[in-house]
Parts: sequence; C-alpha cells; structure tokens
Amino acid sequence: MAEKIILNMITQRAVEEGQAMEKGKTTPEYFAACSVCEMNPEDMKRLGIWRNTNVRVTSEAGSVIVKAIEPTQYCPPGLAHIRQGVWANQVVPPRTQSTGVPQYSGFPVTIEPAINEKIKSALELVQGAVGIWKGGN
Amino acid sequence: MPKWITQVGCPYCGSSCDDIECLVSDDGKKILETRNACVIGNEIFHHVSSPDRPKRPRMRQPDGSMKEVTYDEAVDYTAKALIKAKKPLIYGFGSTNCEGMSAVARVAERAGAVLDNCASICHGPSFLAIFDNGYPSCTLGEVKNRADVVLFWGCNPMHAHPRHTSRYSIFPRGFFTTKGQMQRTIISIDPRETDTAKLADYHFMLNQGHDYELFDAFRTVLRGHDIPAEVAGCKREMILEAAEKMKNARFVMIFFGMGCTHTDGRNHNVDIAISLTRDLNTHTKASIMAMRGHYNIAGPGQVWSWQFGFPYCIDLSKGTRAHMNPGETSSVDLAMRDEVDCFVNVGTDAGAHWPIAAIKHVKKHPVITVDPNICMASEIADLHVPVRVVGVEEPGVVYRMDNVPIQFKKVIDGPEGVPSDEEFFDKVYTRMCELTQTEPIWVHVKEHAKASSSLEH
Ligand code: SF4
Repeated sequence: MAEKIILNMITQRAVEEGQAMEKGKTTPEYFAACSVCEMNPEDMKRLGIWRNTNVRVTSEAGSVIVKAIEPTQYCPPGLAHIRQGVWANQVVPPRTQSTGVPQYSGFPVTIEPAINEKIKSALELVQGAVGIWKGGN
Repeated sequence: MPKWITQVGCPYCGSSCDDIECLVSDDGKKILETRNACVIGNEIFHHVSSPDRPKRPRMRQPDGSMKEVTYDEAVDYTAKALIKAKKPLIYGFGSTNCEGMSAVARVAERAGAVLDNCASICHGPSFLAIFDNGYPSCTLGEVKNRADVVLFWGCNPMHAHPRHTSRYSIFPRGFFTTKGQMQRTIISIDPRETDTAKLADYHFMLNQGHDYELFDAFRTVLRGHDIPAEVAGCKREMILEAAEKMKNARFVMIFFGMGCTHTDGRNHNVDIAISLTRDLNTHTKASIMAMRGHYNIAGPGQVWSWQFGFPYCIDLSKGTRAHMNPGETSSVDLAMRDEVDCFVNVGTDAGAHWPIAAIKHVKKHPVITVDPNICMASEIADLHVPVRVVGVEEPGVVYRMDNVPIQFKKVIDGPEGVPSDEEFFDKVYTRMCELTQTEPIWVHVKEHAKASSSLEH
C-alpha cells in the first residue's frame, strides 16, 4: 500500500455540475457536485483508501481536500478527474504555454488519504485565498 | 390563466436551444414550468425567480461586510475606478447578449482597458489555430441533414451540451439522413469512457495529452503512409478502420472541445485537427466545429471583431489602436504578471473558474462584478451589481456555437429597478464622459440611430 500516488489530473464538465452551478455556487448541491475526485478503483486500492472518503490532492499550484469517489464515467488507472469549479481550480496550474489558457487538464498531482480532514466550502476556499474569509475555520 | 410562451431561447450552453417553452404565471413574474429544456436549462428558468437573488448593488465596507447601495452609486464607483486605473481588465461575456457586449466595448475603449472574454480560457486556442490554418466549418443544420460520420474529439456533449446529440449531431433524422442515428457512424476520442463515448461505434481511449500524435496518425494514413502498431495508446487496426470509414463517408463532421484546447499543445491540437479536415476534403466532404461553451460566447468574437478587428484579448490601452497577442494580453497571463490594476467581471465567474493564483493577483486591486447571481466573483468583489438575466428577463441577439445569430426573447419581467448589462454600462459610459468632461459620442450615435429608425417606420 502506497502512502501517496501520483496521478494525471484532468478537470472537466458533468451535467450534475452544470445543474448545481445554475442552482447557485453557494448551495449544498454545488458542494456535492464539485468537491469530488473521481479515480479508478485500482488506484484507490493502491492507496488504501475507501470509496467516499476524503483525500488531499496536491499539485505544483496548491492543495485541496476532496472526496474520492468511483468514476461516474470510466476513468482508466493513472488518471484522476475533478469536475471543473472551485475545488479543481485550487490545484489547476496557471501556466498557459503563452496562449492564455491555464493547464486545466493533464497535470501531475499527488493524492494521499486525508480521512479526518474537512472539505472546505466554495466560499471558504475562494474568500480564504484572497484574505476576506470571515467564517472561522 | 398561466400562459405557455414558445420558441424561448435557453441561456446556458453553446447549443443555444431556441425551442424551449415556458409556462408563465398570471402576473407575468414567475416561470412555473418548462418544456424541452435539459436539466441544466430547466434549472436556469426556475432559478430566476428564486427569492435569494440579489436585487440591489452591494459595496464592500471597510469591515469586510457588504452593504446595499443605489445603482447611481454603483455607476459612479465603476466609472471612477475605470478612469483611475492605468490598465483595467474587463473580462467575461459568456452569458450576456450582443447589445451588452457592445456597450461594454464602448466603456473599454473609453477606459483604455484590456477587453477579454471567456474564450481566453476556453476556445481561445481554437482562434489561434484558425488564424494559422483557417476554419472549414458549417452550420449545425448541415450536420443534421448530411453528416454520416461524426467525430467527438475531446468533447463530451452528453454532459456539457446535453441536447446537442438529439438536436444536431447523432439522433435527428435529417433531409439526407432519414434514418437518423442508424445512418451515422459515431467516433469518440477521449481518455475516459464518457457517456458520449458510450454512444459511439468507435471509442479511441487514447492516452491523455497525446491527441496530436493521434491526429498525425490519421493524417498519415489518409495520405497513404504506414503508422506504428500503436499510436497514443490506440491500435493501428482501429485507426485504419476509422480512417477508412471517414474516407468513404459522404460528410464527415469533427466536433472538438476542451480535450484539445486545455491540454498540452493547446492551439496545435486544433490546427492539426483543421489540417485533418482539409485532408479529408480531398476524399469527401468534411467540416469541423468548436463546441463553444456558453450560449453567447461566440457573440463577443463577432461583436468585437466588427468593432476592433479582434475577437478577444484586445488591448485598448494605447487609445488609438487595438492590439492583440494572447500570450501577452490574455486575462490570466496579465493577472499572473500583475499587469492590471482594476478587474471588472461581467457575465461570468472568474472567482470559481480561474486558477486561484490568478484570482489572488487581481484581488490586489478594485474588483467589480456585474452578474445577475451570487457567485464566487460577486463574493470577493468590492462592488457587485445585479443585472437582468438575458434570455429570461432581457431579450437580445446571441450567437450559437456555429455563429448563427438567434434572437432570444424576454419571458418574464425582471426585478423592479434592476437594469440590463447594456443599460448599466451605458450609464457608466455617460458618467465617465461627465467626469472627464468629454463628449459621450457613442451614446449620441445610438440615440441618432434610434431616432432615424423610428422615422423610417
Ligand atoms: S442543451 Fe444547452 S441550450 Fe439546450 S436546454 Fe440544455 S443547457 Fe440549454
């Protein structure tokens, strides 16, 4: 059992995410739809994590706690997917290859179990990052 | 009696469906039911009458809290912030009408701002490839009526454009495609087995980020040369078979998405896709189309190309001429290099959809968000200005993903006193002119146009 694994991360759409976003970015629906990381069960096994438990995802750009779930659309071993949105963008590298477009898909991340860590809300993540979060921890 | 309104446009994805029906309450204020919309569209129509929608501008106070202010105060604050800034950035526009885009462009010109839209984090690389290589494209009706081989390259319409496959690309029975899906060969190219891939006859589950090699392999085969036993994780036999299908098709259609533009190579994945389309035209008819994201994200490309000659990343800071160079004048690149000193977010949510590092940079300066809803950009802003929702409370022109303009309707009344994007930014423009004691030329031109068109009628 590994303590950490390196996976290739992509961030993409999902209809649940689209619907939740239109409901509102501060709603429980948006939280449920976007604070998840889909990964192949084989990779979960390698890492010794259970389905629906929290993991820490770290890239060159940052780190975020999300819930590891089995893919809703098949994802091969070695690939991980966070639906686009607030949680994904905590770890998306801003490098653009001089095109204006950040590296939204295809960047290495380390994933490690973080069962006892709390998943932060969208507001806490974004307001926290710019130093105006008032809600405590 | 509640009334059904038909032929309503859906203000969400680039499919820009215009066959939605809404049941509107007696007082004309609420949408009770919708028909035809997908789950996302349906959510939008119901959400507009949600009681938590903000109805007045809110300004951030020294203690960090937000306090309601009047629209006049919001206009004044925005005008002053834009005049004061050396290089403001005005960004967004996926979700507003062309009239709003045009009004903001006038403000940007006045302010010497950089004017950019969501293309710069989405299909911007497709524009770069089109500049290099052209755009052999068509309209969606041609796909519906003629396409018998359809490729979905790095896109997942079942999730991102839910009714795309039923309106245009897989299921509809068209004039020359009377058997609908039965007559079409569907090819999906995606590292995941997406719900779109599940509908496909061929699914190339390629290694993520290796699209360029796979495009190259298809081109090599079509030109009659040999390829290795495996390319990008896909077997030679399958590539040969699919290439043969394309060659023998009557009309090949290639749709592509973020799987090409968000990964390594960006614009080069798209320019080789365009080259493949051109190659296919020596064998049969082939066409390519970007799966544009928002219902009117093709709009700013059209409106600003007409106004300034450039579709996005437009630097107007020189005052007399526009300049465009996405590696230099794109929003995220400017933000990361700390080159802008005021950020205006219009009809989008940079707070949620930019890498967080870029948001930290723009937040060092005044941030103004103009958007109907509470979103991440509104919650980090110094000023949030709510506006009417285009397609629901405000009519206007929108451009579908194939650049076909569609007139969207107004379905219900907006909240009392809440302006449209166009009205708000026209006021900002006028206020900027007052503050700098200059002539509001654009506004005069608009009034003149209105007066002369009413004379004609
Ligand atoms: S497919 Fe797109 S435009 Fe059509 S109803 Fe769904 S979200 Fe709206």
